[in-house]
Amino acid sequence: MKYGLQFRDVFAAWESLLDGVLITLLLSACAMLGGLAIGIACAAGRVYGPGWLKRLVAAYVEVIRNTPLLVQLFLIFFGLPSFGIRLDGFTAAVLALVINLGAYTTEIVRAGLEAVPRAQVEAGHSLGLSGLQVFRYIVMFPALKAMFPALASQFVLLMLATSIVSQISVEDLFHAASIVQSRTFRDFEVYVVIGGLYLGLAFVFRGLFAALYYWTFARR
Amino acid sequence: MIRTFSYVDVMYLVAAARWTLALTSTAFVGSALLGFLFAIARISPIAPLRWLVAALVYIVQGTPLLVWLFMIFFGLPLVGVSVNPWLAAAVAFSVYGSAFLGEIWRGALVSIAKTQWEAGASLGLSTFQQLRYVIVPQSIRIAIPPTVGFLVQLIKNTSLAATIGLVELTREGQLTAAGTYKPFAVYITVASIYFVLCFPLTQWSRSLERKFDGAR
Amino acid sequence: MALVEVQRISKSYGALQVLTDVSLDVAKGEVVALIGRSGSGKSTLLRCINGLEPIQAGAIRIDGVQVNDPTTNLRKLRQEVGIVFQSFNLFPHLSVSDNITLAPRVVKNQPPEAARELAREVLRRVGLEDKLDAFPAQLSGGQQQRVAIARSLAMRPKVMLFDEVTSALDPELTGEVLKVLESVAREGMTMILVTHEMGFARRFGSRAVFMHEGRIHEEGRAAAMLAEPKTLELQTFLNAVLH
Repeated sequence: MKYGLQFRDVFAAWESLLDGVLITLLLSACAMLGGLAIGIACAAGRVYGPGWLKRLVAAYVEVIRNTPLLVQLFLIFFGLPSFGIRLDGFTAAVLALVINLGAYTTEIVRAGLEAVPRAQVEAGHSLGLSGLQVFRYIVMFPALKAMFPALASQFVLLMLATSIVSQISVEDLFHAASIVQSRTFRDFEVYVVIGGLYLGLAFVFRGLFAALYYWTFARR
Repeated sequence: MIRTFSYVDVMYLVAAARWTLALTSTAFVGSALLGFLFAIARISPIAPLRWLVAALVYIVQGTPLLVWLFMIFFGLPLVGVSVNPWLAAAVAFSVYGSAFLGEIWRGALVSIAKTQWEAGASLGLSTFQQLRYVIVPQSIRIAIPPTVGFLVQLIKNTSLAATIGLVELTREGQLTAAGTYKPFAVYITVASIYFVLCFPLTQWSRSLERKFDGAR
Repeated sequence: MALVEVQRISKSYGALQVLTDVSLDVAKGEVVALIGRSGSGKSTLLRCINGLEPIQAGAIRIDGVQVNDPTTNLRKLRQEVGIVFQSFNLFPHLSVSDNITLAPRVVKNQPPEAARELAREVLRRVGLEDKLDAFPAQLSGGQQQRVAIARSLAMRPKVMLFDEVTSALDPELTGEVLKVLESVAREGMTMILVTHEMGFARRFGSRAVFMHEGRIHEEGRAAAMLAEPKTLELQTFLNAVLH
């Protein structure tokens, strides 16, 4: 028997899908802001800080990068209540995503800072600029430019990775799939549509980042 | 009945890690075969083929792995294959992984200077021979560190197979946590096992990278 | 009193001794050529004078202010000591004008218009007034190096250090940079140059200093010393670079 693909019922549930998209966007935005803040702070500690701080940041980065995000999420959502810390799904999800993205961002920002040649820093010092002035006028802009593409693709990966928060019942886009699935019984079609929506989001994100890059760095 | 989280449970988790490794190996072989074809297609002189694979890579890199996992899990029955988490996971990870591995390898292939192709051609080598004897041997050196990095990603990604009920390390952790009511201890153990699997590979990848950078 | 006083300095990187008991006085308006094989310590000496490298023994004073003293404001001192590097080290993300005015604006707090006027003036001195709004990547190596010299001149330093400023350039481009160096020398600037350009050293150097294995091996009036080297090492070196 031939199975006929049928998308009408899935599209009829567009309100559930839209709610999911909004939650996914909100999650991504929170995670990106938090992850970037942590990344910049840790990278600064890693590059300019004292020895113990460097080791601490390195340990954080290694632990996070060598364990799955899903397990990190479970540890925060299911594990922390053992210590009386009970977080709702959304908060736990944001916390896990921020901690996870922070580790990757740290490495990207660090590489960006180190991409600025030492000779540039020296040239700045030899003109009499202070350490802060050297950072502000000489290191910052080229470093941002160097790290931007990696940061942008990491952010897109993160947006896609937010789909796993559905596993702790946060009602994001992927979670919307299971709701529509149970209502329409169109298992396969639902995930094709959801995949298309994520693809659209990724397209928009990439476009925005490319535009931001163009306006900030390339247009001169 | 509630059991306590004991040494026995730890051993069960360690034992479950073999399914994580089995899935990783299967998916790596699948990703490598498909990824190599993609890499070659992306540098081939046939433009439509390049576009097709580029579009495919764009789509895969723009959708979550979780979506592929569920799409294939629910899609297989439509083509007459009975629902099977193992097959679904193996196919999903291979398709998903090939898009990333293919791009890594393409990058390594195009990083070899054009003059090397020309030098090969001027010796009378065919295009395939240039690839086989001149380009691939040089690009392997460049490709190995990121390929090992990809392997680490793959190990971590296999944890998602737990969501379609495949009992690997993370799923075994969920089951143990439900049975013992000691989620923190269980997931710390699970995370530690992943760390033990991934960390040496990460370090290896990094040292290879340093070595190759130094040699250049 | 000499403008630059280097008194018995020693420097090492771990077990590797790069400078041993080096002393050198440079009076105002002098042009001193530091010559010697690569690895003889001449570039390191230059970097020590600017405080870019710490020293282990001895003292360096510029206009009476000690460089290697933790209480010295190194930033203030560096405003009076210009340095031009072999690899130009222009800031690639800034225009020529911004490269030159950055330090006058943020270090000396000059208003932007005055700083731009200054940029125009120093660019005129290196013959690149029309490149005010160009970016470093749009310039040839010789032009980039002339901008680097202008950037240094804009701080109105008391002494300028030049670290093999023509070594990274193609032969046909070294001429334009040497011409700029000549005119800077003629204006009476105190200069210390690490250089392989023996012709330049002979014509414009008031003094030549030959370094060998981290020590000053021979020094004297540039023209005389290069014409009639006293030590075997200098003879060997000159033979190697001239032929």
